[in-house]
Amino acid sequence: MFASLDLPFIFAALLGLSILIYVVLDGFDLGVGILFPFATPDDRDTMVASIGPFWDANETWLVLAIGLLLVAFPVAHGAILTQLYLPVAVMLVGLILRGVAFEFRAKAPLKHKRAWDGAFFTGSLMTGLSQGFMLGLYIMGLSYTWWHVGFALITAVFLTVAYSFIGATWLIAKTEGPLQKKAVEWSQGGIWGVVLGMGAISLATPFVSQRIFDKWFGLPQILYLSPLPALSGLLVGLIWWKLRRLPMAGDRFAWVPFAASIALFVLGFAGMAYSFYPFIVPEAITIYEAASAPESLAIILVGTLIVLPTILAYSILSYWIFRGKATPLRYD
Amino acid sequence: MVTMDTLLLSRIQFGANISFHILFPTITIALGWVLLFFKLRFNATRDRKWAEAYMFWVKVFALTFALGVVSGITMSFQFGTNWPGFMETVGNVAGPLLAYEVLTAFFLEAVFLGIMLFGASRVPGWLHTLATGLVAFGTTMSAFWILVLNSWMHTPQGYELRDGIVHATDWWAIIFNPSMPYRLGHMLLASGLTVAFLLAGISALRLLMNDRSASVRSTFRVGVILGAVLIPVQILMGDMHGLNTLEHQPQKVAAMEGNWETQGHVPLLLFALPDEAARTNHFEIGIPSLASIILKHDPAGIVPGLNDFVTAEGEVMHPPVAPVFWSFRIMVGVGMLMLLASWTGAFLLWRRGVDAMPRLYLYGMSGLAFSGWIATLAGWYTTEIGRQPWLVQGVLSTKAAVADVPAPMVLTTLLVYLAVYAGLILAYMGVITYMARKAARGEPLPKDERVKGGEAMAVPAE
Ligand code: HDD
Ligand code: HEM
Ligand code: HEM
Repeated sequence: MFASLDLPFIFAALLGLSILIYVVLDGFDLGVGILFPFATPDDRDTMVASIGPFWDANETWLVLAIGLLLVAFPVAHGAILTQLYLPVAVMLVGLILRGVAFEFRAKAPLKHKRAWDGAFFTGSLMTGLSQGFMLGLYIMGLSYTWWHVGFALITAVFLTVAYSFIGATWLIAKTEGPLQKKAVEWSQGGIWGVVLGMGAISLATPFVSQRIFDKWFGLPQILYLSPLPALSGLLVGLIWWKLRRLPMAGDRFAWVPFAASIALFVLGFAGMAYSFYPFIVPEAITIYEAASAPESLAIILVGTLIVLPTILAYSILSYWIFRGKATPLRYD
Repeated sequence: MVTMDTLLLSRIQFGANISFHILFPTITIALGWVLLFFKLRFNATRDRKWAEAYMFWVKVFALTFALGVVSGITMSFQFGTNWPGFMETVGNVAGPLLAYEVLTAFFLEAVFLGIMLFGASRVPGWLHTLATGLVAFGTTMSAFWILVLNSWMHTPQGYELRDGIVHATDWWAIIFNPSMPYRLGHMLLASGLTVAFLLAGISALRLLMNDRSASVRSTFRVGVILGAVLIPVQILMGDMHGLNTLEHQPQKVAAMEGNWETQGHVPLLLFALPDEAARTNHFEIGIPSLASIILKHDPAGIVPGLNDFVTAEGEVMHPPVAPVFWSFRIMVGVGMLMLLASWTGAFLLWRRGVDAMPRLYLYGMSGLAFSGWIATLAGWYTTEIGRQPWLVQGVLSTKAAVADVPAPMVLTTLLVYLAVYAGLILAYMGVITYMARKAARGEPLPKDERVKGGEAMAVPAE
């Protein structure tokens, strides 16, 4: 029944989808953490309250992504993760600190709260930086030359700024009053990071290999591709323009920067996916070479097709239940 | 030699990470159901004490869950960073099982956790009760899938080897592999016991601080009775688990018993120092023939010995004896202590009631608050070290699966993890006792300290 399906492609698409969802959703959680030092203690409580009910589910997309990589492309999974051994460890320690600080900062004795706030920030920062570093290294083909590491350090900074940007736009939507004003300022600062980061990656990617270069600048392709940069430019313009006017009376358009930044992340991701396909380890292993046995993929696919819509449905339910401006989190 | 060090360090690192991880699921699996029980009691009786019990323990749950989640994420990356050979060889079986865990369990827990913790005032009461139930169900599903995989690694079946790679042939056989029911049952009971003693222990601590509120008296009673009911079942289940292991992994049982020669009338050793170099035990103290009776129901029953698992070339194909021998005794020892403690407690409750519990007993119980952790870790060490030198029994050896990462790199990450874990365990136990002390002082939990994020306690919303 599944013999005729292109299972490796389907799984690559699912993998890409969950990475994308992760980057957007946990991106704003991490961004909120990265913005912590700029906020007052009261603001911090509201900031945490705005992501409190969601962060765990958001992070689960990372578990799904790594799970799909592991189950669908076991060979690539080993090859990528052993190459990224240290940055992965940094990220894991960061995720640990960030995740536990959520709970400890509210439950530990008051005098420890500041320290846990520090852990929350440090954890978010470590996670953002290490993910950006891995992104850069991955683009460069997973090898540690000075030049590659240098590029990865740059993407580390840019991804971190991009996270803080999407986090700030999330706060524009979920908060009000002085904090919302501050969030607008933060977004105005952060959008530079996004523009520079996307620019740097776009400049570097085609020069990684002749294959990608041809894929970008070959003749019909360049026409199909041109909407990507054009749309991105439009979105940046839109965000820029809105940010200068927000917050507006009646809280109109407070959602626009966040929605537009999601679109921006999606476009950036699409560009990368286009460049690297069909490789899963850049320029070394394709998704077809790395895929598991079809019987095993098929059995996961059945489950995925049933469960994924359910997951999406109850995730939406949760966002809907906690809609509106962030209010103090209460267990009652 | 470099890879040898990497192997050793990677094993220690994996052992450390999974040991840290298992502490928290062990609590959340059963605590979820206990919370559902509190919630349902409240719905049925409208008695505030159940709401208070729920309010206190849901905080413990939230904290524990967060630690379980972050350490679990570390686990999922470990396979790739340290054991690439595992997925490359048995990925066709392990992959789908892990995938189903993520799909059917993790998302369920994670999403409904938000509603369970913070949604009570935003959703109808029935939906909040349902969310609590779904979170409990989700944690149990996690345990189910991961234990299916773990049991399959001990008693693999339903697969065939093609070019050295495992391919699944029969999913039914894989999921219901011979040791799965015993391991799942024993683990779920272990979780129940851990929570029983945590409930009783923390409540005892609060009673000692003169907190006589109705909710503490009830949670104390629930803890002691739950413990008293579960422990005999656990001992029985443990015995059946052992018999199952004898059938499928006799070398592990031989190590657990410290038995070198295949023979009858094997004593049950209470103490011994196994010596692998001399292949014998020193300072044995044992009860004659009891091991034969337990394992074969016959004093003359022949029990396999470790010497049968050395090849003609002298290669040792049985696990290291001393750690298995000792961790098994620690687990069983804690089990016996639990039997004593919970039955004494149940007896005292019956004769004297909560308010007249001897202080000595309360001190004892607060000391046992985390005893479930010790038994659980010891049990897992028995199981996992007892499988060595195999990673997947008879299919894949541990050294064939390790990653070729430089040893110093593994050492660095290992040290960092250990430091983080030690800090977090202390913070965790400290905060739980702090919460108990605060509650005992009668302060409504977060006696508004401008704590908004993630905290509050008042009259339950319904
Ligand atoms: C509260 C925890 C707890 C308690 C009181 C006990 N156990 Fe246990 N035991 C576990 C928690 C545990 C565990 C951590 O959950 C293990 C590890 C893997 C498993 O399935 O259960 C385990 C493994 C385990 C094994 C290893 C089986 C294998 O890997 O092949 C045996 C033979 C027993 N147990 C037997 C017993 C006996 C005879 C007990 C009587 C007192 C006992 N356990 C009490
Ligand atoms: C149920 C899921 C589990 C899986 C899939 C699993 C898998 C593994 C793997 C891959 C190894 C090989 C690495 C090594 O030799 O160190 C291992 C060993 C080990 N595991 Fe587990 N494990 C599980 C549960 C546990 C738990 C819950 C514990 C402890 C609390 C544990 C304790 C250990 C220890 C101590 C070793 C080291 C044995 C040795 O190397 O001598 N495991 N396990
Ligand atoms: C190699 C083994 C293991 C891996 C890779 C692993 C992975 C994970 C991951 C990624 C999470 C976080 C899920 C989330 O985001 O919500 C998690 C949580 C959980 N795990 Fe594990 N795990 C392993 C072993 C075990 C074992 C042995 C058990 C119990 C028998 C267990 C039971 C749970 C439970 C109940 C949770 C829910 C969170 C909690 O209750 O704390 N896991 N695990």
